[in-house]
Amino acid sequence: MKIAPLFDVQSELTDAAAGKCAIVLTTRVRLARNLANQPFPGWAKEAQRSAMLAESIGVVAGLPQMKKGLSLTVEELTDLEKQILVERHLISRELSTAKHGAGVVISRDQSTAVMINEEDHLRIQVLRYGFQLKKVWNAINALDSEIEERLNYAFSPTLGYLTACPTNLGTGMRASAMMHLPALVISSQMEKVVRAVNQLGMAVRGLFGEGSDASGSIFQISNQTTLGESEEEIIKRLSSVLNTIIEHELNARAKLLEADGSKLFDKIGRAFGILQNGRLLTSAEVMNLLSLIRLGIDLGVFPESRRPLIDRLFIEAQPGHIQYAARGTFESGQRDQLRAQLLRTEFNKFEPPNFNVGGKN
Amino acid sequence: MANSLKCDLCGKPATVHLTQIVNNKIHKVDLCEACAQAKGVTDPSGFSLADLLLKASLNPEPAVAEGVRCEQCGFTQADFKKHGRFGCPACYETFKDIIGPMLGNMHKGTVHIGKVPRHALERKTLYDRLTQLQVELDQAIKSERYEDAARCRDEIHQVKQAFEGKPAELK
Repeated sequence: MKIAPLFDVQSELTDAAAGKCAIVLTTRVRLARNLANQPFPGWAKEAQRSAMLAESIGVVAGLPQMKKGLSLTVEELTDLEKQILVERHLISRELSTAKHGAGVVISRDQSTAVMINEEDHLRIQVLRYGFQLKKVWNAINALDSEIEERLNYAFSPTLGYLTACPTNLGTGMRASAMMHLPALVISSQMEKVVRAVNQLGMAVRGLFGEGSDASGSIFQISNQTTLGESEEEIIKRLSSVLNTIIEHELNARAKLLEADGSKLFDKIGRAFGILQNGRLLTSAEVMNLLSLIRLGIDLGVFPESRRPLIDRLFIEAQPGHIQYAARGTFESGQRDQLRAQLLRTEFNKFEPPNFNVGGKN
Repeated sequence: MANSLKCDLCGKPATVHLTQIVNNKIHKVDLCEACAQAKGVTDPSGFSLADLLLKASLNPEPAVAEGVRCEQCGFTQADFKKHGRFGCPACYETFKDIIGPMLGNMHKGTVHIGKVPRHALERKTLYDRLTQLQVELDQAIKSERYEDAARCRDEIHQVKQAFEGKPAELK
């Protein structure tokens, strides 16, 4: 398998140490960039796309940040490999459906990925564990400047970076945070939060981006607009929105415990029981069960040191990863069996829940 | 109250009225039940009014003629209405009359503020200097200051040479 090296090393997404702020799982910034005087990928002819891919994949792979990284083209990847890359947030669904002349360069620690010929010529992303918007912006800003030394970007002094879709015009930047908001979901406040966040010009999506559902109470919050505001301003505005959401989530948790702690602990205990003993588990169900265990960790029911395992399982319980681990392709019923088996193994090594935490948050 | 609101997308009576404040600007959209469902407006996991506004302003009248065509890549106004994306960077100049009014609804502002790539900045500086010198030259000729005019002309020549040395994207 072309992507096998991904599993040999620790990845930013699945193995990083627990962040200080458990509510924000990961922070990501992506930049849309295009080359001057070339048609955008969606309009380019096959030969033009191939030439563009050939030219830029080498340039990007040669960057110091990409040392010992992986360069992959869609032609050489199997459907399963593409699915795994999507599940690890390293390529988009759109890129995974491209038939030819598209690819991706992934850094060794998987914190950085540059998609080539997705909607734009380049989609650069940097992703880090926890709430680190500024650090991620600094990293991607430096990477972007290095790429610009080597490739001629399409840029207009008045409109900024020129992108295939006018909704990305200007900075071409989408900054986002993946947030775990179980208490807001349990207390049915999420709809209200989404509406408020939308009114502030920020978008709320599910774990796998546009059109995906919010299983596991995981939501992606990102800026909606890209023109007329600097990158720093966008990041500042997003940060303040994220901080407000964190505050609301913590309040909702406190209220749930105050109103009826045993009800919440019952949910957590049951989730633990199913994960230890289930024989057929769908990925949606597992996402929701893991979400409760993660909440349990935040509340002190399980040890803090287990949080990275849960975050890894969020990804490893996805259909592509289940099949990769079992070295084969399986129907959904068989996958549910394999998934339950994986979780039984992991959760039988897990410390039993300790509910004498006195509502500690 | 004689005429009730119609759906912005299909024209049926609207039952969903949506107000979103994007960057201190109020955007209102009226939709019928079916379109609201189809566009995911009722979906609690969120939707983007910017996308909706873009599509709404694209959908209405089916392209009568092909309209403007981009000289660089052959992309037409009809293509833009169909795809909602452009064909190449030069399309932004070609279709500026179409896209210009839409940007205000989509974004916080209509002018880029933020990162400027270093090389593009150099080109921009040269371009701005050239524009300024041209104005000075015209004024000098008008007021018959021929020495100044000659100086401007020489400098224009120099800047143009430097400009040609750069990748010619900013014209």
